[in-house]
Amino acid sequence: MNDARKIVLRTQGLCKNYGGVQALKGADFELREGEHIAIVGDNGAGKSTFVRQITGVEQPSSGQMFFDGKEVSFKSPLDAREAGIEAVFQNLALANDLDVPANIFLGREEVYFNLGPFSFLNEKKMLAKAKEGLEKTAVKIPNLRNAIGKMSGGQRQCVAISRSAAFASKLIIMDEPTAALGVQETTQVENIIRRLKKQGVPLILISHNLRQVFNLVDRIFVFRRGEIVGVVDADKTDGNEIVSLITGVKTGVHENASYI
Amino acid sequence: MINSSSTLGSAETQKSLLQRLPKDTGILLVLVGIAAIFEVLGWFVVEQTFIFNGQRLFIMILQMAIIGILAIGVGQIIIMAGIDLSGGSILGFAGIVAASLAQSSEYARAVYPGLTDLPIIFPVLAGIAVGALLGFVNGSVIAITAIPPFIATLGMLVAARGLARWYTSGKQVSFLTEDFAIFGSGAWPVITFLIVAGVFHVLLKYTVYGRRTYAIGSNEDAARVAGIAVKRHKILVYTMAGALYGIASIVQTSRAMTAQSGTGLMLELDAISAVVIGGTSLFGGRGRIMGTIIGVLILGTLTSGFTFLGIDVYYINIVKGVLIVAAVVADTYRQKRVAA
Ligand SMILES: Nc1ncnc2c1ncn2[C@@H]1O[C@H](COP(=O)(O)OP(=O)(O)OP(=O)(O)O)[C@@H](O)[C@H]1O
Ligand SMILES: [Mg+2]
Repeated sequence: MNDARKIVLRTQGLCKNYGGVQALKGADFELREGEHIAIVGDNGAGKSTFVRQITGVEQPSSGQMFFDGKEVSFKSPLDAREAGIEAVFQNLALANDLDVPANIFLGREEVYFNLGPFSFLNEKKMLAKAKEGLEKTAVKIPNLRNAIGKMSGGQRQCVAISRSAAFASKLIIMDEPTAALGVQETTQVENIIRRLKKQGVPLILISHNLRQVFNLVDRIFVFRRGEIVGVVDADKTDGNEIVSLITGVKTGVHENASYI
Repeated sequence: MINSSSTLGSAETQKSLLQRLPKDTGILLVLVGIAAIFEVLGWFVVEQTFIFNGQRLFIMILQMAIIGILAIGVGQIIIMAGIDLSGGSILGFAGIVAASLAQSSEYARAVYPGLTDLPIIFPVLAGIAVGALLGFVNGSVIAITAIPPFIATLGMLVAARGLARWYTSGKQVSFLTEDFAIFGSGAWPVITFLIVAGVFHVLLKYTVYGRRTYAIGSNEDAARVAGIAVKRHKILVYTMAGALYGIASIVQTSRAMTAQSGTGLMLELDAISAVVIGGTSLFGGRGRIMGTIIGVLILGTLTSGFTFLGIDVYYINIVKGVLIVAAVVADTYRQKRVAA
């Protein structure tokens, strides 16, 4: 690790309580320029909760967050977006009745001239840009003007991913992007991630697929019951160690585990 | 990249004939069908034409203009997956306020006896402002407390009636200046309705306002994480609806040349019916102004047709009820197909 690289995102003691439930207990997290990081952990470990705190979807109960050299506290997803963070959320954040360009440009529509909410939409420009963005994903979507709700889960996922890939300037976060995808679509998503790596865009990938994690990222953060229980370099560890960290069971009971 | 297959397949060109028809064709056929039934019945029962009577059509559209304006207002709320039950009540209160500022100075028992005859712009703006203000209250309550719009606007339905009664201590407001009659005279109600429909057609279809409205109705969480200020937009949409109820109140008061606390009673139900019959989804995310206009025309045609045939008016409500339920059943079926 070249530690001279600038820190892009750092959290310190980040906590989130939902009523009595402590979903996140003091997360210290760090991501450097160009780095691709995975977050792994069992269901309910707090991975998505962590993502919601750093994307402004929710506000942490306590703790600090530093982004791009400054302390930040995002009041809304818009703040995070404006800071250059894009996320693909676990529960696809798409509007099913809108078409592909409308979804890709949701919340930052191209307009002819600015009249606030009464600005006229530049549909042509959005369609052209959407086509351009999707061509890079090599995903086949028959008609971009169809409502998203009429498309397959894979096609929708690819729209969500191409949306974030198109806009992310400083950090992109993907929460289980390939969980519902077929073999071919998974490969396409992984290729998008590799391209982001080449472009130097930092990425946080959340995945239950450890092989995918080892293939794609530099470092792995392991979450268990709301805590970060381990940070390891992907090339200095193996599946067994990660599984031990995830489950909290030390001895080698995982030889036959199929998830490695 | 594993392959470089084109993003746009040939499926784009393989739309079925059904898909290529304009979206409101189905509901338009219902309208044409209903009109045709009345035409045929007309020849047999009363030996007259139903459709080819310009005056009847004009009166029918004239009578529907007020409900039409209300329907456009509540329609955009339904597209946003909200609901507004307070249209008729807001119309009532806004109308009574407007009327009180339009009373002739010669009338000794006016609400404001000292008032000289104001230019009509004042009562008009007051009516619209009162509507917008109550709409703003609706939107704010819904956005801030997150209570169901059904309950918030039910509260307004009751409260605005109360306000109207309080404002004049239950008295009727009449003897309006002659100038004020303009908005209800001739084709003005219809022209007003068409302008409102045109403006909102453009707003919903071509502007950020419409895009946000559909997005919130389709998936509010998605809209929020996409960075849309959902609360602010809800307040804006309910306020716009209130302003439309205010416009409707001006047309109504100007036609009747009197206002009382009961004016507009239950009109919101006809407006919502027109919206739903016109194909707007109660689940939100789908609906068009053109459909709503056709929905309004269907209701108008029913009323006009029943009168034409001399059938008792209660039967209209039975048919309307069936139509509304049928429209919602069709929408639910569509919704399931999309979700599957
Ligand atoms: N809005 C909420 N209200 C209450 N509890 C919540 C809420 N969101 C998450 N939790 C709780 O917080 C804990 C962490 O949930 P989270 O969704 O972050 O898990 P995760 O690691 O993303 O799991 P998965 O792998 O299943 O996606 C869980 O116990 C969950 O029940
Ligand atoms: Mg999760």
